[in-house]
Amino acid sequence: MALLSKKDANLILDPLADNNPITIQVLGICSALAITAELKASIVMALSVVFVLGLGNVVISMMRNIIPSKIRIIVQLVVVAALVIIVDQVLKAFAYELSKTLAVFVGLIITNCIIMGRFEAFALGNGVWRSFLDGIGNAAGYGLILIIVGFFRELLGSGTLLGFQVLGDPIAKTGLYSIGYENNGFMLLSPMALIVVGLLIWVQRSRNKDLIEEN
Amino acid sequence: MLEHVELFFKSIFIDNMVFATFLGMCSYLAVSKKVTTAVGLGAAVIFVLAVTVPLNWLLDQYLLKDGALAWLGPEYADYNLSFLSFILFIATIATMVQLVEIVVEKFSPALYNSLGIFLPLIAVNCAILGGSLFMQAREIPTLGLAFNYGLSSGIGWFLAILAIAAIREKIRYSNVPPPLRGLGITFIITGLMAIGFMSFGGMLTGGDEAAPAPETTTVQQTEKEKTKLEKETEENAVSYNTIIKE
Repeated sequence: MALLSKKDANLILDPLADNNPITIQVLGICSALAITAELKASIVMALSVVFVLGLGNVVISMMRNIIPSKIRIIVQLVVVAALVIIVDQVLKAFAYELSKTLAVFVGLIITNCIIMGRFEAFALGNGVWRSFLDGIGNAAGYGLILIIVGFFRELLGSGTLLGFQVLGDPIAKTGLYSIGYENNGFMLLSPMALIVVGLLIWVQRSRNKDLIEEN
Repeated sequence: MLEHVELFFKSIFIDNMVFATFLGMCSYLAVSKKVTTAVGLGAAVIFVLAVTVPLNWLLDQYLLKDGALAWLGPEYADYNLSFLSFILFIATIATMVQLVEIVVEKFSPALYNSLGIFLPLIAVNCAILGGSLFMQAREIPTLGLAFNYGLSSGIGWFLAILAIAAIREKIRYSNVPPPLRGLGITFIITGLMAIGFMSFGGMLTGGDEAAPAPETTTVQQTEKEKTKLEKETEENAVSYNTIIKE
């Protein structure tokens, strides 16, 4: 690609798989689990994080030479909080129902460890363009897991995807339901998110043995 | 008094920070390898939550809520600054954590040493901001209840991290499939624990005696109607009988 050198492309692609923020770096789990009962909420959450982390990384990277290192945490918090307020207000204005479902979890993007982690580890030491790519990449890696978990929980839990009944109608007994398939309501309960992420980690680490932990 | 007890047990067991809302997961997973460090972080979380939730409650009541500025004068009565709550809450938390750190270092070096590096880390723990945001979302009515909520949520978090740390210390001796070792198995155990904690859900549902009062009156009414009907049918039956006899 002419637009991105190989090094820059890696900034985006690495966090999608082998350096995924959730399954490898263990950052930003809180919101990943709580809102994934529906695919739609997962997608909106993923997009919000892409927006906040992409722009936040740019802002911090631009200011990296003028932020005194002693007060950098509070500067970072203020930058994230301002961006999150924008997301929250936009959601309230254009997708009120959805912002009710996400509730406090939009606010909790502020303390999402991925964001602080990327500011500290990358944006404070790198240029604006690279920081932007890093932010987008990490947020996309986070969003990817969110969307996978949301996909399985909504499909198995309520037989729908984005609200469409893809497996047939459970009441009229059409599609899969006509041969005796039942929705697994358990998937909608919050503990199952943890177990789904656990299984994802299992799959990923069986495929890539280098990631296996000692203990 | 009863509402305090109810909120206390509710936030420890039913709405447990970790198992019901997944708050503070990052540090929960990162710092739960040993029981002693888990206890240190848990204690710091209890402490900071019990301080910041009431403080943010005051901010919410007198600065942020719709019409909260009425105490300044009638011309300020219809200001609604609640969109500022994220930035103000996080700023309060960050400064409080700093302040608490300084105060604890000055007055109780022993406690400071035992909390160690955990105090500054707590500023970006989602459980702390989550506590304040849930306090706002659930519209907790009094300062006392807000303090109670912060304290008991902290205790719930402490309980969770203590439990998982103990399990992780033991699981070192088990034969876990290699790809699941470490993070994977911790996730699955936490999921199972969360399912266990769901059984507390029915604990407090018997307590609301005041609410179903109108229902009982309707029930009594229907019962009265029933007895009336029965009487009527009996009378009818009697009259039928008499008719038949006649």
